[in-house]
Amino acid sequence: MRVEAMEQRKRIHPNKFTMWVAIASITMMFAGLTSAYIVKRSQPSWTSFEMPVIFWYSTAVMLASSVTIYLALNAFRERERVKYRQLITVTAVLGVLFVVLQYLGFKEIWASGISFSGAGGGQFLYIIAGLHGLHVVGGVIALIVLFFKAFSTRFRNYNPVPVEVMSTYWHFVDLLWLYLMVFFMLLQ
Amino acid sequence: MSQEVNLHEQVGAMTTHEVHHDEHHGHHHKETFITKYVFSQDHKMIAKQFLITGMIWAIIGGLFSVLFRLQLGFPNETFPILEDILGKWAAGGKIQPEFYYALTTMHGTVLVFFVLTAGLSGTFANFLIPLQLGARDMASPFMNMLSYWFFFIASIVMVSSLFVQTGPASGGWTVYPPLSALGDASEGSKIGMDLWLIAMALFVVSSLLGGLNYISTILNMRTKGMSMTRMPLTIWALFFTAVLGVLSFPVLLSGFILLLFDRHAGTSFYLSDIFLASTQKALPNEGGSAILYQHLFWFLGHPEVYIIILPTMGLVSDVMSANARKPIFGYMAMVGSMFAIAVLAFLVWAHHMFVTGLNPFLGAFFVLLTLLIAVPSAIKVFNWITTLWRGNLRFTPGMLFSIGFVSLFISGGLTGIFLGNSTLDIHLHDTYFVIAHFHIVMGVSAFFGMFAGIYHWFPKMYGRYLNNTLAYIHFWITLVGAYLIFWPMHYQGLAGVPRRYLDFSGWASFNQFDGLNRFISIVTIMVFAVQLLFVFNFIYSIFKGRRVTTQNPWGATTLEWTTPINPGHGNWEGEIPEVHRWAYDYGKDGRDFVPQTEAISPNESPESKH
Repeated sequence: MRVEAMEQRKRIHPNKFTMWVAIASITMMFAGLTSAYIVKRSQPSWTSFEMPVIFWYSTAVMLASSVTIYLALNAFRERERVKYRQLITVTAVLGVLFVVLQYLGFKEIWASGISFSGAGGGQFLYIIAGLHGLHVVGGVIALIVLFFKAFSTRFRNYNPVPVEVMSTYWHFVDLLWLYLMVFFMLLQ
Repeated sequence: MSQEVNLHEQVGAMTTHEVHHDEHHGHHHKETFITKYVFSQDHKMIAKQFLITGMIWAIIGGLFSVLFRLQLGFPNETFPILEDILGKWAAGGKIQPEFYYALTTMHGTVLVFFVLTAGLSGTFANFLIPLQLGARDMASPFMNMLSYWFFFIASIVMVSSLFVQTGPASGGWTVYPPLSALGDASEGSKIGMDLWLIAMALFVVSSLLGGLNYISTILNMRTKGMSMTRMPLTIWALFFTAVLGVLSFPVLLSGFILLLFDRHAGTSFYLSDIFLASTQKALPNEGGSAILYQHLFWFLGHPEVYIIILPTMGLVSDVMSANARKPIFGYMAMVGSMFAIAVLAFLVWAHHMFVTGLNPFLGAFFVLLTLLIAVPSAIKVFNWITTLWRGNLRFTPGMLFSIGFVSLFISGGLTGIFLGNSTLDIHLHDTYFVIAHFHIVMGVSAFFGMFAGIYHWFPKMYGRYLNNTLAYIHFWITLVGAYLIFWPMHYQGLAGVPRRYLDFSGWASFNQFDGLNRFISIVTIMVFAVQLLFVFNFIYSIFKGRRVTTQNPWGATTLEWTTPINPGHGNWEGEIPEVHRWAYDYGKDGRDFVPQTEAISPNESPESKH
């Protein structure tokens, strides 16, 4: 059993691997949507939209949260519990802030006269960025779970796997947003 | 972290990292009725849940086909009993047009997704992956449980859509817009369509949770010595299936999300300038592209047919090799051809769209890629036949269904070569030729593979055997019946009989097929009755079947037969066995079979080249 356990240790942890496969799956969803965008863009009656400035702020927030979760993971590994708790709190707050900024950005686009009628860049943006936002919200919920686990007095858990999986996911939604931002800017 | 630890993390209540030194405490957990049979995290129980739910769905979906075959075979008769049961849907004892379309749509949806995707992969991936790889459970038993319950909720929503006043979705299982996007266009496009979309979204979540687990388990949880090339072909097949599902279902989901927005938010992704006769109004939408939906749908839809057929290819390979008492012929060629099929599955979706206005130049590439699939398919068929060749065949029910599978796969595969040609498709599209092709190649043959699997692994699932006499009746009537139903449809299709019509009586040129239609309908009813016989056999044998008395009743080499006759949660009582050889050492050095767990002895002939 010992030998076997060591064998297993050399491999990637199954939960981490599962997260990588899930990331591939989510990527396919956005690949489907963005390729639909490209196809639709070349067809008549395509309408464009103005990228709101606020999205630059949300991008900055997203990038900052990636840094904080990176630091949080390091703190966890070095068993600095106080620092870890602070950093995941900050990450969760930045996640919420990102979603709020996205919502404000949507409102700005909506105010510029782009509603759900039609199927131009704006409508695609609502759906694609909206779905991305939902993935961030899912991440925030997971962060809150981690947060409460970190404060639990009944159990002390030093298993880094959940935190590592979390940070992988968080970097992924960050990168996904960068991709979407570049995509929307290049193909308006 | 060892599998042991991982399992305890999930099975045990709240454990922390420190507790893990006690390697065996998990086996003493108390199981209540709820945790054992309902919210079970044991992969074997989840597999049975998938199987039984799938069987209920198969009866419902099969019954639908009997109902619409009644209409097709006897368009001038009335069946007053139908009105008693179905009410307004069969007013005057005749199936109403709206109901006819609802029946065909739900027949397709139920059998493609709920039976042959969830029922098939859900059952055998859950059951066999940990058992054949030597793992105590899935990578995440909790996600595995969620996967079943998402499927269950999806089932509830889909069933509920059958009972709404305007009826379930009825625009075909592909739910093409604009019909599916416009509630005013037909009864079935109203609330039934929304429920269909919700059910399918839940279904996609279930498939993804399951698929993630299967991939992760196969790549990470193999026991010592179980290298990838020692895995049974079933596991390879389930692996490719899971990869296909994980990469293609999300695209379907994105297509559904756009469809939901078109239905309810007023966007025009798929809807263009349409004048609706039913409301006498022009739609405000403009510029939408219905073809866009078809691209998104078939990007899943085509891999979906391989999601259905690949697992059965794996099951059949293993059942066949074990019952021919011969190594599978061309193991690596089998794996390679499944890989080729998995790759090509993503590159051929537009062959479903040859006549929808697709650029003919683009179509040419899709013809080429489609016909390329014939190569790996032919390799597989060749290998199955050469596995049978001069084998010491045992005609168990599982073996018969495996041979039936190969027969059907050849018959149905050959017509695929016709349909893969975009020029022939001009004549053949939307005719009974298409119906005949896909029912034989992925419908009936997938069912045969599934039956082979059920008959072969039932002793492992329930510790009892299915009744053989009933099984042989089941096999012969189903095989002969399937050919009698679908073979004549090729001729109808070549003669130009279109699908989706509920009555051909106004069409003088097709009157010659009246007798044939009646014949097909009668055979359909008989075949359906025999499936009920199988269900009876299944349920009866769970409780009253002959008991399995030996650990390895089929004399098979794979790991699942090294577990106790009724394995508990965790599968092996002691340590997980170690694997020393591939899964196909049958008839080696004069021995009937050598289990995978047996170490290679020094005077053994060299390991088979595979």
